[in-house]
Amino acid sequence: MIQVRAFCAAVISLFAFLMFAPAAQADFASSLARFAQDEFSETALAIDEIAASGGSRAQQVLEALGSARLFVDPASKKVYWRAATSDRTIHDAANGEPVADPPAGLQVVRINNRLRGATLNAIGALTLMAPDPARRRAAAESIFKSRDASALAPLEAAIKNEKDPAIAALFAQARAVLMLAEPQTTKDQQLEAISILRMRADIGAIAALRSISATADADVKALAADAVTAIEARLKLMSHVQNVWYGLSLGSVLLLAAIGLAITFGVMGVINMAHGEMVMLGAYTTFVVQEVFRAYAPAWFDWSLAVALPLAFLFTGLVGVAIERGVIRFLYGRPLETLLATWGVSLILQQAVRTIFGPSNREVGAPSYMSGAFDLLGLSVTWGRMWIIVFTLFVFVSLLLALKHTSLGLHMRAVTQNRRMASAMGIRTPWVDAMTFGLGSGLAGIAGVALSQIDNVSPNLGQSYIIDSFMVVVFGGVGNLWGTLVSAFALGVANKFLEPVAGAVLAKIFILVLLILFIQKRPRGLFALKGRAVEA
Amino acid sequence: MITKLFLERYDKVGLIFLGIMATIAIFVPLSNLLLPTDSFLHVPTYVMSLIGKYLCYAILALSLDLVWGYCGILSLGHGAFFALGGYAMGMYLMRQIGARGVYGNPDLPDFMVFLNWKVLPWFWYGFDMFPFALLMMALVPGLLAFLFGWLAFRSRVTGVYLSIITQAMTYALLLAFFRNDMGFGGNNGLTDFKDILGFSIQAQGTRAALFFATALLLILSYVLARWMVTTAFGKVLIAVRDAESRTRFLGYRVEHFKLLVFTVSAAMAGLAGALYVPQVGIINPSEFSPANSIEAVIWVAVGGRGTLVGAALGAVVVNFLKTWFTTGFLAPYWLFMLGGLFIFVTLAMPKGIVGTLQDWSARRRERATYTEKSAQKIAEQGE
Repeated sequence: MIQVRAFCAAVISLFAFLMFAPAAQADFASSLARFAQDEFSETALAIDEIAASGGSRAQQVLEALGSARLFVDPASKKVYWRAATSDRTIHDAANGEPVADPPAGLQVVRINNRLRGATLNAIGALTLMAPDPARRRAAAESIFKSRDASALAPLEAAIKNEKDPAIAALFAQARAVLMLAEPQTTKDQQLEAISILRMRADIGAIAALRSISATADADVKALAADAVTAIEARLKLMSHVQNVWYGLSLGSVLLLAAIGLAITFGVMGVINMAHGEMVMLGAYTTFVVQEVFRAYAPAWFDWSLAVALPLAFLFTGLVGVAIERGVIRFLYGRPLETLLATWGVSLILQQAVRTIFGPSNREVGAPSYMSGAFDLLGLSVTWGRMWIIVFTLFVFVSLLLALKHTSLGLHMRAVTQNRRMASAMGIRTPWVDAMTFGLGSGLAGIAGVALSQIDNVSPNLGQSYIIDSFMVVVFGGVGNLWGTLVSAFALGVANKFLEPVAGAVLAKIFILVLLILFIQKRPRGLFALKGRAVEA
Repeated sequence: MITKLFLERYDKVGLIFLGIMATIAIFVPLSNLLLPTDSFLHVPTYVMSLIGKYLCYAILALSLDLVWGYCGILSLGHGAFFALGGYAMGMYLMRQIGARGVYGNPDLPDFMVFLNWKVLPWFWYGFDMFPFALLMMALVPGLLAFLFGWLAFRSRVTGVYLSIITQAMTYALLLAFFRNDMGFGGNNGLTDFKDILGFSIQAQGTRAALFFATALLLILSYVLARWMVTTAFGKVLIAVRDAESRTRFLGYRVEHFKLLVFTVSAAMAGLAGALYVPQVGIINPSEFSPANSIEAVIWVAVGGRGTLVGAALGAVVVNFLKTWFTTGFLAPYWLFMLGGLFIFVTLAMPKGIVGTLQDWSARRRERATYTEKSAQKIAEQGE
């Protein structure tokens, strides 16, 4: 039964093709023949007819005409077009096939400015119906910008056909612009157009609203002026929102980089200068994992980050424990010496990575869900940044829970608050130190996986984050994760708000100077642990 | 009598150091200028420049030891004071080029012409006069240190926190000096110097004189530092290092002591930088990089913190190793070496070369007196 139906459908479609296709083709050919007349009036007719025929061939011909790539063979009266690509092959306009040996003496089809405008409009109208949504979107935008009244008719037709609501809204906005420019529109139509433009709320809408003629109705002008102020207020708000968003994004990166440092610093009172290198090792772990995926399972590439995360955590965590057992545990009570020793470790790690992987940047790919952007109330949000913020908060919350609800967390908090008392209560502080250092390093490794998505993976990756991370920790206060969170986001947002005013470098300098001054005011950071101990 | 007073300030190591430095200060320039090039004792000009560079580093290390070794202030920003002094000298040297630059502008240095600037920025005024420039070489770093220290020590920022904000300071300066708009030559810094005090900077005689000046400055810095740490003032510094709170409770204004020593140390570092620039022929923002400052700390640690002589020795030894390693086929391993040095010194030799040697000799003396005593005892018992 199904087979019979399929057969019938095939027969009908074949019949339909035989019926109509030659007719359309004949039409197209006769329109093309008008180009050969070499008369502007004939060319104008041809443009209209070809535009009406629609389809990709029509588009090719019109685009060739607009950019002087359409030719006529005076002998055979046949029409050809040359490809815009670098190989410049000649195609037969009638069927779009490339021609192996084009006839000599081809002449360009001449057009004047009026015809060029008509051609562009025809192309615009064609693209309004194009099957590709991105092209329809671009066509709507180009009409919006050009405010070409002749596009109104095809636009009306396109609005009726459009299924995608987002693109339909764009068409309506383009139409509103044309309506405002059109002298014959009624007052109601104009008012409606203004309200549509008000919804659009961007600089283009402001320009369109400002261009309303001085002779327009008073109500219309008042509404337009009102809309302009509303849009301007909204744009200003949007730029602030955008700064906040960029700031949060930067802040989450800072938080990721600093969170492990905050833990080791809080518990052990030691600034780990090799922390940045742990971030770098995490990033290189991602690179290695991705290389393995590329070699053995390219189809599963999107999962590479999910595999890299635990591996980076384990690997850098182990390196951290090794550093603690091998170097740091001999230096307890001498924080400044520890700082120097860990700096030495960082130099060795950097050079080791440089020796193994080379000094240049390594390519770390982004899985499909990390690339692209989406639009949130007029704010363009890239998925990569978005996921990093989400991931950072996830790491932060899990860490908070781990500190609250695990025995290691309990011991760590005890050691942070009073090392000797904790030791007296039977907590093995050396073991806690080793675990803390491992945890802090592991967190740095995780940060490295995330940062590999937005930064260059090179042996110097860690160095570019280390000073910023210190600042975050010192600003936030020791032994307080919430302080680190607040400080990371505050620094990120402050940086992004200063950047448009002062420039990126100066903004950073300002932040550093402000931090130095802030430390004078509160030498123990924003949220210092309260205690009675006198500094030794 | 005066000699005796003078000599009393120095221990044996210090006297040896002064002796060696005085010899070097006189011998090296004279040998370079007077002895024939094929002589066994002749010091080639490039070697003299290299040693001159090491001696500048030695002054920087000395200044760092003064604050770290004796007062417990671990500054990770001393490279900034060094570089600021260097920039002051660089500005003087730039003004000396005059109309001989590529663009031939008598007032503006080449990079300003290149940036299309029309007038000299106000902070370049006066740098055509050497006495003013000389003042600035010590004053600018000193003033910055005074301001920084006044803020930091008054609010009792200590330990790791202080180290971090000094690092932030040098990092901020690094970023600032990289900017073209700052008026210090941006990325490229200041270079292509021609004259100093009317003498060609390339001339052998000038180089010998610069070397002599550097060695002399090192001697003077040592004398000053030694004087500071052996007086009552120095005892308070050491007290601050070992027990800051207790010193404060005893009635000393700890922040005043710290501030003074920090400022003097910064000015010393600035002068070292000023002598460094004409000998290497360039100053650029990378001198501000935090890594440089940390490297200076390791010089002090290698030589022995709190010994002054050790700091100078450490600077020379580490930099000699660096030159030796980074020029040969071992170049890729230099960072392994340096990193290993950091770890080794902090773990195994916390007192550095000089400190360890002093410990040994002290122990030997102790053992000697001990055996002497026991020998006496045995003799007594035998009777």
